Amino acid sequence: METLAFFVLSVLAVAAALVVLTHRNEVICALGLAFNLVALAGFYFLLGAQFIGLLQLIVYAGAIMVLILFVVMLLNLGEERYPRRRQWIHPWLAPVATLVFAGVLGGVLWQVELEPLPASDPAFGTVEQVGLDLFGRYFYPFEVISLLLIVAMVGAVVMAKRRL
Amino acid sequence: MSGWDTFDLAATLVKVVVVVMGLQGLVAAMVWVERRVSAWMQFRYGPNRVGPFGLLQPIADAIKFIFKEEVVPANAHGPTYVLAPCVALVTALTAFAVIPFGPTIEIFGRQVPLVIADVDGGILLALAAGSLGVYAIVMAGWSSRSKYSLMGGLRSSAQMISYELALALSLMGVLLVSGTLRPTEIVEQQAGWFWNWNVFAGGWQLLGFLIFVIASFAETNRLPFDLPEAESELVAGYHTEYSAMKFAMFFMAEYINMTTGSALAVTLFLGGWQLGFPVPWTGWPLWILQLLAFAAKVGSFLFLFVWVRWTLPRFRYDQLMNLGWKGLLPLGLANVVFTALLVLYR
Repeated sequence: METLAFFVLSVLAVAAALVVLTHRNEVICALGLAFNLVALAGFYFLLGAQFIGLLQLIVYAGAIMVLILFVVMLLNLGEERYPRRRQWIHPWLAPVATLVFAGVLGGVLWQVELEPLPASDPAFGTVEQVGLDLFGRYFYPFEVISLLLIVAMVGAVVMAKRRL
Repeated sequence: MSGWDTFDLAATLVKVVVVVMGLQGLVAAMVWVERRVSAWMQFRYGPNRVGPFGLLQPIADAIKFIFKEEVVPANAHGPTYVLAPCVALVTALTAFAVIPFGPTIEIFGRQVPLVIADVDGGILLALAAGSLGVYAIVMAGWSSRSKYSLMGGLRSSAQMISYELALALSLMGVLLVSGTLRPTEIVEQQAGWFWNWNVFAGGWQLLGFLIFVIASFAETNRLPFDLPEAESELVAGYHTEYSAMKFAMFFMAEYINMTTGSALAVTLFLGGWQLGFPVPWTGWPLWILQLLAFAAKVGSFLFLFVWVRWTLPRFRYDQLMNLGWKGLLPLGLANVVFTALLVLYR
């Protein structure tokens, strides 16, 4: 059952990622990315990290990607209306880089002996556990990150509104 | 998935089928109710020709939808255009999976909770499904290649993102009081007399309840917040270019979203399937009574949706945004802080 779910999700995620890479229309690319993010949330559920999976759905797929889509639709770029630069190195670099990466990954996988992971604690990944960790063990990093987010937000407001 | 056997699987399948069919039936009923009630409010008769009191009108409508010719705009983006109504319906139905519509009952000596998915983060799942529902409208608006559809799609994505925040914040109060994200537990905590319901007890969630109701009107694109499909400006908004069954799917999704919103409000604030008063007996009579209580509560909420639609005029777009960001959001935050203090010092 889990193996089947894993393969279905993998196919969906990879197909969506391919759409993002290959399609020339920005809106379709954004939709593909959203699809990919939803499939990724499925992987989180499979791994027992249900809270992270739900947040992935709500924050990334539900909020951030919708905002990106919104902006793309507002800008209303026509298909390939932007100037095409002459590309001579880029089309060759991508496959080479991919091959190198695949080679390294394959080599590592070949050498490492994979052991089955120990079964996770049933409480792992629940809202309660994540909350306790965030406000206990990782309290200071968590607060620092929230400070960073506030700074980013204030910065955005200042840049958008020159005259406050 | 461990510990599952054929009985659990069968029970879940039956529940899924019953809920999905029930929701579809409810959509048909709601269409009739909406038309009759609107007519009643405007001193008209409404549909009264097909069957007694026009009760068979939804069936006639459904047959019409099925046999209508499907018109697809020539420039529409095929796959996205077809997927949009499917996404709308799927996300609408998914959200209902976490709502407990009845108590845990006993069949053949086995415990069967009357909820499809009794998961730990159930409330979050409902919110996630709601936030994914935006895609349907955006996809429909964009792929139709019509300016009305596009404007409708843009408006609705902005509207739904804005009101999702208020919606989630208004739930925070209840979650703080109950200390769990599992809908079944939240309902269990509201047992007994009706003053135990979250809207009355547990630190006065009346404000949260009001914010939730207003925000869920906006989330379901109903009047007075139906700007994505404002007829006078945008023809029919994001589904202008849809016809026949695809249009019907958007229609169904809207009504199912309404039902889910009502059911969430009932579950979180109004005691879910609890009767509101203690009764001495147990077993089947009680379970059926509790199921009916849930249906009655959701039904009155749905009536409220219809009532408001035919009473209030539409907001202007800037008014809508002002209400969301400057009205509901600060109020929701205040509610969270207030409830947190109550929980801390009670």
